[in-house]
Amino acid sequence: MMDWVPSAATEVLAQRAQMLAAVRDYFATHVAMEVETPALSVGATTDPMIESFAVLDGAAKRYLQTSPEFPMKRLLAAGSGDIYQICRVFRAEEQGRFHNPEFTLLEWYRLGWDDARLADEVVALIRAVADALALAPDFEVARLSYAQAFEARLGLDPHRAEVAELVVAASDAGVCPEGDLSRDGWLDLLMGVVVAPGFPSNRLTVVGDYPASQAALARIRAGDPPVAARFEVFAGGLELANGFHELTDADEQARRFDEDVRRRVATDAPRRPPDRRLIDALAAGLPDCAGVALGLDRLLLWLTGRSRLSEVVAFAWDRA
Amino acid sequence: MATYSTSEFRGGLKIMLDNDPYAVVENEFVKPGKGQAFNRVRIRNLKTGRVIDKTFKSGETVEAADVVDVNMQYLYADGEFWHFMVPDTYEQYAAGEAAVADAKAWLKDQDTCIVTLWNNQPLTITPPNFVELTIVETDPGVRGDTATGGTKPAKLETGAVVKVPLFIEQGEVLRIDTRSGEYVSRVSK
Repeated sequence: MMDWVPSAATEVLAQRAQMLAAVRDYFATHVAMEVETPALSVGATTDPMIESFAVLDGAAKRYLQTSPEFPMKRLLAAGSGDIYQICRVFRAEEQGRFHNPEFTLLEWYRLGWDDARLADEVVALIRAVADALALAPDFEVARLSYAQAFEARLGLDPHRAEVAELVVAASDAGVCPEGDLSRDGWLDLLMGVVVAPGFPSNRLTVVGDYPASQAALARIRAGDPPVAARFEVFAGGLELANGFHELTDADEQARRFDEDVRRRVATDAPRRPPDRRLIDALAAGLPDCAGVALGLDRLLLWLTGRSRLSEVVAFAWDRA
Repeated sequence: MATYSTSEFRGGLKIMLDNDPYAVVENEFVKPGKGQAFNRVRIRNLKTGRVIDKTFKSGETVEAADVVDVNMQYLYADGEFWHFMVPDTYEQYAAGEAAVADAKAWLKDQDTCIVTLWNNQPLTITPPNFVELTIVETDPGVRGDTATGGTKPAKLETGAVVKVPLFIEQGEVLRIDTRSGEYVSRVSK
């Protein structure tokens, strides 16, 4: 069998090394401290849409991180100042052309910043990496609200549209699945399969002001309608980064964990222990900050113009 | 009844949908980082050959199609049906026009084909990748011309017409790649 050989070309692995060096260079000049946090933790994400790998240490269970967010926030609460991390994260059951269950995430936090300012820095960092790789494609940058992105492509208001209207839009686009979806499920379908794939391929599209029901760990900005202080950055149609003006309210965070757990029970998803140390850190005081996670494998995929994630990681899932 | 989950969808997997058998052509996993996951699946209707795209929620299951591939010998055509036989059991099957559609141009008596059975009925016929067929009609060969790359049509014993180099003569036996419908080489008699 020839499956011992790398799934990526040596040339791409060299570009990967340059990318990692460029990221570290960037943070050396735009000061943030590199940190490392545990990959195995007793708490897990409770997010009903993200599945952790569970591993056994004797009889005790630990979970591989799906993101380094919780321990990094504990560092922030302990007074670390601006920090970044390049690490492996693990998400069970996510495999495909643009998904590998084990992937490399760059996550960083800026004290006193909001989501808009951090979104600008994501673009600046991507430019710096592109320049360092001498691949600087001639990309443009567009900023849209979640509502504008839906309005432009589908002519509907994602904050106010009834479910029936979303179903019609999906069925007009020929992407209607069988069975029930939640309202957010329909929005995810339209965003993932219709709206984002329509973004121009040589453009970085920053989408902000997500529906409040999709806040995850972002704070909610009051308004009509209230929206999540959350943004995503798309390279062409590919989702690269997800950032928040971070929720710092321990009680609200605990409520969201409880709600996640209820949804997991309702859908027979495996129970996951919420990270109580994160709640304690928030209670002790998380400074006002914005944070973002950026998928480095996908960034390399886009910059090098490759077509599958397996072409930019040394050994993809089926060869690991 | 066996079922498959969307995570098991691979090229070639046979599934039932709206009472028709389909083969999975391509399966694309789509998932927003913080949202519901979907599978965009390209599937081919095994009865009509039509390829369509379908979206599934990830984790959904669908019924497996009761489809099996069996090696059979091609016997003869009677004008309405094409007849095949399982060599070990002498069991015979009759395939209709739709099932032989693309294959019939390459069917030669005694050749072993793959007959795809659905509910024990021939659904599609796949001829061998390479077949050897005699030319029944072509323009006279041009001597010495082996390098100019020109081609002419040649009609084969099954009625199929292929492009062949100019030096090929009527009555010669050719090796044909049935997947591309292209001439491969001459076969010495």
